[in-house]
Amino acid sequence: MINILEVKETNKMVSEENLDVRTITIGISLFDCMDSDLDKLNENIFNKITTVAKDLVATGAKIEREFGIPIVNKRISVTPIAMIGASACHSAKDYVTIAKTLDRAAKTVGVNFLGGYSAIVSKGMTTQDEYLIRSIPEAMASTEFVCSSVNVGSTKTGINMDAVKLMGQIVKETALATKDKDSLGDAKLVVFCNAPDDNPFMAGAFHGVSEADAIINVGVSGPGVVKTALSQVRGESFEVLCETIKKTAFKITRVGQAVAKEASKMLGIPFGIIDLSLAPTPAIGDSVAGILEEIGLQRAGAPGTTAALALLNDQVKKGGIMASSYVGGLSGAFIPVSEDQGMIDAVNEGALTLEKLEAMTCVCSVGLDMIAIPGRTSAETISGIIADEMAIGMINQKTTAVRLIPVIGKDVGDVVEFGGLLGYAPIMPVNEFDCSAFVNRGGRIPAPVHSFKN
Amino acid sequence: MENKNRTIISVVGKDTVGIIAKVCTYLSERGVNVLDISQTIVSGFFTMMMIVDTENADQSFDEIQKGLAVLGEEIGVEIKAQKEEIFEMMHRI
Repeated sequence: MINILEVKETNKMVSEENLDVRTITIGISLFDCMDSDLDKLNENIFNKITTVAKDLVATGAKIEREFGIPIVNKRISVTPIAMIGASACHSAKDYVTIAKTLDRAAKTVGVNFLGGYSAIVSKGMTTQDEYLIRSIPEAMASTEFVCSSVNVGSTKTGINMDAVKLMGQIVKETALATKDKDSLGDAKLVVFCNAPDDNPFMAGAFHGVSEADAIINVGVSGPGVVKTALSQVRGESFEVLCETIKKTAFKITRVGQAVAKEASKMLGIPFGIIDLSLAPTPAIGDSVAGILEEIGLQRAGAPGTTAALALLNDQVKKGGIMASSYVGGLSGAFIPVSEDQGMIDAVNEGALTLEKLEAMTCVCSVGLDMIAIPGRTSAETISGIIADEMAIGMINQKTTAVRLIPVIGKDVGDVVEFGGLLGYAPIMPVNEFDCSAFVNRGGRIPAPVHSFKN
Repeated sequence: MENKNRTIISVVGKDTVGIIAKVCTYLSERGVNVLDISQTIVSGFFTMMMIVDTENADQSFDEIQKGLAVLGEEIGVEIKAQKEEIFEMMHRI
């Protein structure tokens, strides 16, 4: 039988250490909405989303009350829109109408974000893929809840450098299109290598083509819980450190599993996966950088950071995998700069640079995330940074992503405020040596030799 | 432990006379059966946990949860009601 100390432990995790379920995300397939008539397509999309997800927010609130565990976000991911709009859209403008429909549907059901304004172009781009990509700046400027992602490479296909080049321009154009909001549009746009089909986290969530009609994916969180547990084992060996992280990750993940199963039952939608990620927020104590400091670093970015992050990421997986029947998504530690107070402090004090962040992305989930850079950074330089990050993902057979925000009108020394979970960030310096001759070559980088396993 | 009606009630706050009596009276008036009680004082704070069964309760979980929160405010303690399942999940393999 449960004892009083266990009840106290769980409730303390919530009240003092920011334990929460970061998101319940319903993945919805839009394939049955396809039509060659654009108005009909938009109508079908709106109807399907508002029917399947109509009880999501109320269900989330009910589970929150019954379990006493906060559920921060309720979200939706949909089939990549480039495919869904392929027969109805004959221009970038046509795709923007779908973005607006998605926004209206998200608002109607009351979710925080809707992801899937996406294209998968890891090997090549169809005409429609290119329309969608070129529509992203206007789509991000004219919607509030819609998130966009473009997968430009994979271990199996190599890197589509034409798409990398284009995405450098699109990131820049999106920054310009939303410049009156500190280029916020780019906080909702992510470029991927090896994007997973079942990621519940934004901005990169989409409902992959390998998925069922509707599915529940849950993302857990709890950097504060891990940090508090580690504060009890200061000075102990790596063995003790790793065991402590594993046990804590198990407990955090069990909460996610309980919430996912309950949501699945109440909504009548199958349970997909738990995403084991440690996702920070700007709240004090809810920081991945804070864990790295607790492991023994003065600041995130100090020598030893990559090793510390590698062990953290691995132990979180080892503890979490046994706690859930299905694990998927991104599953690892997130290191977004603007959403993590410890990372912001590290940047401000000069401990953490873009280059060190790039090294850190080799050993944890995702990549260069929520990093504000000078607005005058060229599209080619952004493409170069994207190419580097995609290469890390391709060679290491892992997901990597880039979510850079070139903040128009701001430069190194300035601070940009995005608000809410997106936080605030100091503008970080970028290596300004030219890479345009590399970016402008055109074509594809071939798949690496270790991808040929057949 | 597959009883979906089992709820954990936790009470934390300043120790005063009659906390257990008031909570138990409230529960018995609504048909909630108390299965187990444990209580301790941690650094001057009264801490109690009850395992209860709401199967034959004449109110919904939500109503009992809200009612207990209000009662807690009256007594000057914090009263939470949560489904037992979440604790079982976290602390039992």
